[in-house]
Amino acid sequence: MIASGLLHNPLLWILSVPLASAGFLAVLPNWRLAAALNIVASAGTFAASLMLFVHRPEPTRLLFIDDFNIYLVVLTAFVAFTTTIFSAAYIGRETEAQRLSPLHLRFYHSMYQAFVFTMLLALTANNTGVMWVAVEAATLTTVLMVSLYRTREAIEAAWKYFILCSVGIGLALFGTTLVYLAAQPVMGDGADAMAWTLMIKRAGAFQPDLLNLAFVFVLVGYGTKVGLAPLHAWLPDAHAEGPTPISAVLSGLLLNVALYALLRFKMLIAANGHTLTPGPLMVMMGLSSLFLAAFMLYRRGDIKRLFAYSSIEHMGVITFAFGMGGPLANFAGLMHMTMHSLTKSAIFFAVGIITQNAGTKSIAGIRGLTTTHPVLGWGFVVAVLAIAGLPPMGVFMSEFLVVTSTFAREPLLAVPLIVGLLLAFGALVSRLQGMAFGDPVPGVIVHGTGSRLATIMAHLPLWAHMTLVVIAGLWLPAPLVAWFQAVAKLLG
Amino acid sequence: MEQHQALSYDVAHLIGATVLMAGFGLLYQRRLFAVLNTFAFQALALAAAAAWQARIQDAPHLYATAAIALVFKALAVPFALHWLVEKLGIHRTVETALSIGWTMIVGVALVALSILLVLPVTAGAAALTRESLALAMSVVLLGLLMMITRHNAVTQVVGFMALENGLLLAAVSAKGMPLVVEISIAFSVLVAMTLFGIFFFRIRERFDTLDLHYLETYRGDRH
Repeated sequence: MIASGLLHNPLLWILSVPLASAGFLAVLPNWRLAAALNIVASAGTFAASLMLFVHRPEPTRLLFIDDFNIYLVVLTAFVAFTTTIFSAAYIGRETEAQRLSPLHLRFYHSMYQAFVFTMLLALTANNTGVMWVAVEAATLTTVLMVSLYRTREAIEAAWKYFILCSVGIGLALFGTTLVYLAAQPVMGDGADAMAWTLMIKRAGAFQPDLLNLAFVFVLVGYGTKVGLAPLHAWLPDAHAEGPTPISAVLSGLLLNVALYALLRFKMLIAANGHTLTPGPLMVMMGLSSLFLAAFMLYRRGDIKRLFAYSSIEHMGVITFAFGMGGPLANFAGLMHMTMHSLTKSAIFFAVGIITQNAGTKSIAGIRGLTTTHPVLGWGFVVAVLAIAGLPPMGVFMSEFLVVTSTFAREPLLAVPLIVGLLLAFGALVSRLQGMAFGDPVPGVIVHGTGSRLATIMAHLPLWAHMTLVVIAGLWLPAPLVAWFQAVAKLLG
Repeated sequence: MEQHQALSYDVAHLIGATVLMAGFGLLYQRRLFAVLNTFAFQALALAAAAAWQARIQDAPHLYATAAIALVFKALAVPFALHWLVEKLGIHRTVETALSIGWTMIVGVALVALSILLVLPVTAGAAALTRESLALAMSVVLLGLLMMITRHNAVTQVVGFMALENGLLLAAVSAKGMPLVVEISIAFSVLVAMTLFGIFFFRIRERFDTLDLHYLETYRGDRH
């Protein structure tokens, strides 16, 4: 009876498939087979996540699914799946170039699945402590992957990431303990005082002062992992020095997971009602991230760092939107999280192939992509224009919503927001021009040496993501809108 | 009964204060080995705090936390770091960004800040929890201070572990908090990774020194 119940619970499949694959891939010596299995396992996880729409399991003490996390679980499983397809093509060429050995790849595949597992656990955990452990484990697995190339820069980046994020999650744990202390007099000792589903119902009775203090620690702690200025220092290095598929999931997924953790605590604060409003703090951090990143974009010479700073910019915009709060701004924030996740991972897919073709990460060494590699070049152009916020793509829609909702409520705050967005737009477009339309650098045009299948696998995820982003910009299905609205209300 | 409670309160307070004192001790050491010994002492005090809380809260799982603190942090980690420092020939004097006198003054200010912050907001909580929390937050902030003001990678790692001692002190003092054992295991894995990282850097001969200044010079904007 219990066993059949377990079999029908998609949540357990979502978590057990990546965990089991991580174990299995660690002992599988053949890297080609491992790359294929990596795709199969991620496809399975994605399929299981879609089952959540059909059958939503009852919350337990450990795991739960509600309107908010279901969409992040599906998004995470989807991007994790498309990234494995890209990754198979990417590592094939890295191995040809002898930058990665089979042992490294075994480690890489196993860690990839472990990383997906930790993210999904963090998203579905119905316990603040379990969520914390999952985020900590996600940090560990990504540190290992960032240092994969073993170059001096990669090890530096991993070390910096490790130290800064360890301190960050340390502070987040202190915040978590404080929330427990605020909840414990009301909820009693034990796991009940850490369960999201139970806490939210009685949050009104929690001690507001303690929640205030806790939120500061949670904001600084998980904010470090979101990459909010001034705690962002680890982010560009970690994105630049690791393998590109990892940059795609770091930007597209891990930042979202950290933000999700932050938003869960914000929901608790909103449900309490007697605390200071967390909004202004988040608005300030969001704006400072946006400005810092917008200015930094102008000075980048490294293509991966450029888009890493663009991630800081967008996380700033999203945090700003959630800091504004209210149904419309929250709606915009949720949509922007989704659009950024899809677009930024697509950009990193393109960047991965571009850097492999050009043999350099330097922007100056990448010229005339639309002439040398039309399919890739135009895909890259569409993706970069999308992330810069040009209509009709989805990112424009969500940014437009953030701006209009801000105008309606705090017109003065909308001014710096628009200035920041325009600055970032200018930087990205000016960089894009040379890379996409400049005269090709003679002699460095290397076409993909892989098979036809490998070429398709390298390009397919990019175009799949961009199709979704363009469709979302033109037309959002009504059920999706209704459901984003419902979640926006939950967020307070 | 009343007297028994007063005693358990006093002992918990005493042990917590010992952890905090060791936190200050870490700030004024000038030699690396002395830092390691002080850290071992702090971890020992943390183990005692966890064991005492296990007794007075009647929560046997905290004995596991105490055992981890004792075996891993008070013995294995200082020993491993000692070995690393000798093996890698790391400078045995502590390099400071802020003079020791100023570090101590800032440290005292941080303790005052934690007391001012924590005591008013925990007015409803039990006295034991309140004061343990103030002590724990002080230890956390002192660990952070150490990470900021000391350059050497080993002292930074020790600063991180001191910060973590503060976090565990808060977690064991929060009555009935679940998952404390799992959290201390998660931290131990993190620390073990760090030690491995330090060792790894060196055997690969990627860095001339573990002084993090060398990392700073290569960061971000070199392109």
